[in-house]
Amino acid sequence: MELVCPAGTPASLRAAVDAGADAVYLGFRDETNARNFPGLNFSREELREGVKYAHDAGAKVLVAINTFPKAGNPGPWHKAVDDAHELNADAVILADIGVADYANRNHPELRRHLSVQASASNPEAIRFYAEEFGVQRVVLPRVLTVKEIAELNAQIPVETEVFVFGGLCVMAEGRCSLSSYVTGISPNKEGVCSPASHVRYEEHGDTLVTKLGETTVNEFAANEPAGYPTLCKGRFVAEGKAQYLFEEPTSLSVLHLLPELADAGVTALKIEGRQRGRAYVAQVVGAFRKALDAVARGEVPSTNELLAVTEGQKETAGVYKRDWR
Amino acid sequence: MAKLTLGPCLFNWAPEKWRDFYFGIADEAAIDSVYVGEVVCSKRAPFFEPVIPEVVERLMDAGKEVVFSTLALIMTEREMEGVRAIADPDAELFVEANDVSAAALLKGRPHVIGPFVNVYNEGTLAYLARQGATRLCLPGELPSESIEVLTKGKPDGLDMEVQVFGRLPLAISARCYHARHRGLTKDNCQYACGDDADGMELDTLAGDPFVAVNGTQTLSFTCCNLSAEMAEMADMGVEWFRLSPHDTNMGAVARLYRAVLDGEMDPAEMDAKLQDLVPDMPFSNGFYHGVEGEVFTASEADSE
Repeated sequence: MELVCPAGTPASLRAAVDAGADAVYLGFRDETNARNFPGLNFSREELREGVKYAHDAGAKVLVAINTFPKAGNPGPWHKAVDDAHELNADAVILADIGVADYANRNHPELRRHLSVQASASNPEAIRFYAEEFGVQRVVLPRVLTVKEIAELNAQIPVETEVFVFGGLCVMAEGRCSLSSYVTGISPNKEGVCSPASHVRYEEHGDTLVTKLGETTVNEFAANEPAGYPTLCKGRFVAEGKAQYLFEEPTSLSVLHLLPELADAGVTALKIEGRQRGRAYVAQVVGAFRKALDAVARGEVPSTNELLAVTEGQKETAGVYKRDWR
Repeated sequence: MAKLTLGPCLFNWAPEKWRDFYFGIADEAAIDSVYVGEVVCSKRAPFFEPVIPEVVERLMDAGKEVVFSTLALIMTEREMEGVRAIADPDAELFVEANDVSAAALLKGRPHVIGPFVNVYNEGTLAYLARQGATRLCLPGELPSESIEVLTKGKPDGLDMEVQVFGRLPLAISARCYHARHRGLTKDNCQYACGDDADGMELDTLAGDPFVAVNGTQTLSFTCCNLSAEMAEMADMGVEWFRLSPHDTNMGAVARLYRAVLDGEMDPAEMDAKLQDLVPDMPFSNGFYHGVEGEVFTASEADSE
């Protein structure tokens, strides 16, 4: 299985490649990608250098162009596809039907992957993208169990890539307007969920209140570590009961499921975290490299390497295990 | 002339309630087209499927167009089979695709693209129109600028539809939050979502209403109300306006929107009457105006 790793910056790209990534994924520094955060992403020149660094080490570079162009202004998205091709990227990762159509017609030789943001969760949808736009790999939305992934792989003509580590969307990806409901900024259009510009930390006596816009997302006691106010990881009240109704503040970690995912016919494993620093990227990629090599030798992968990264954090196998639903 | 549609019922109503609701709608002259079918959770469908034929017959006898809505999130082979059956050419149904899979199955035949398919721009719209789509209900988070560009630039033979009433779908998940709230899993959910006819209110820790939970779906707490914006949209060329069903007198809701469309009532007066029909749901129109979706900006007539 191929290991696909996040590169929010050129430094992270080099760290991922050095730690054994088979491929890195990244985006341009604008709203054409779904991690449009300040200080992240690549200029055209940085991509050119990044591609050379990766290719010299035998690694691939995948360019995420995975937001949905605004009506009347598809130019930046088309330019992103053109430039990814021009700069010798190995593939583009697309979400929008219009952009996929553009890439297929204008750059048929440029390999096309379907972003998780397209939310293609079943064989008919995946065949549509494969047949209409020549998509060769689909990043699966985090809605399927391992068993369902195996059944799906038996029915589709393309490769699948699944998330194995990092942040976890609880909602079907690319189909969530929670963040724009309270901030006016849309993950699908602007490429940022729960934007830092709208985050507030307010002290109310001994309580620290975290807010996104005007919406209270959580409250913490003085001695508790306060989490980032991502809406779907907040605490809310239903019928008088305060709870993490959507999801706990947890992250996905399924290193122990790698043998099962291999048996399910998965081609590539994706690590989330383009917003993470290079030290984190190096550690996580290194741990998964070792684990994958162990699986290839028929051994059980060790989770020890990841402990340094995940210590103290809650982890979940997410939807890969049926009870999560 | 602008027409009103009744979107698919998003909630888990008991079969008798569901059937009687649609029987009532059949008698409402203000509604031109009715969407029927389960969009949110496939586990609900077996309960009301037995009454669908009589509902459809009643609606058609009353002269309504009937559109068959499909699931928004299709994960299992059983769900896929259900969509294939509805989209089967031999079934000869007019179908609303709420996932790309259904749109693919309907290729080459007239069909509706529902609001759960991401259509943000003219490239996607043109592609879906070439595939045979004849009507397109836009996603709820599109601002007026996008609606205008898409509507003015649309090809002939494609109608545009926009939701103007009801809680807006914000997200869909593999996980059931009604079940989770009760400490159950989705497989053993006891159909907990059936207890909340308009969704379960979720508040922040500060006590402010946040969203409404409907099983695997998350909806706005606020009720989308674009009564004051319909005239502008009609000028752009939007022809269909969608009312999303709630547990209230939807016939009365439809008559209010019809009165505004016909110029017989101004939106401010209408909003006051409409609020009486949904007293627990404040209005919102923020997405249309390009700001926070939960916000309501009063029309000029309202603020005078």
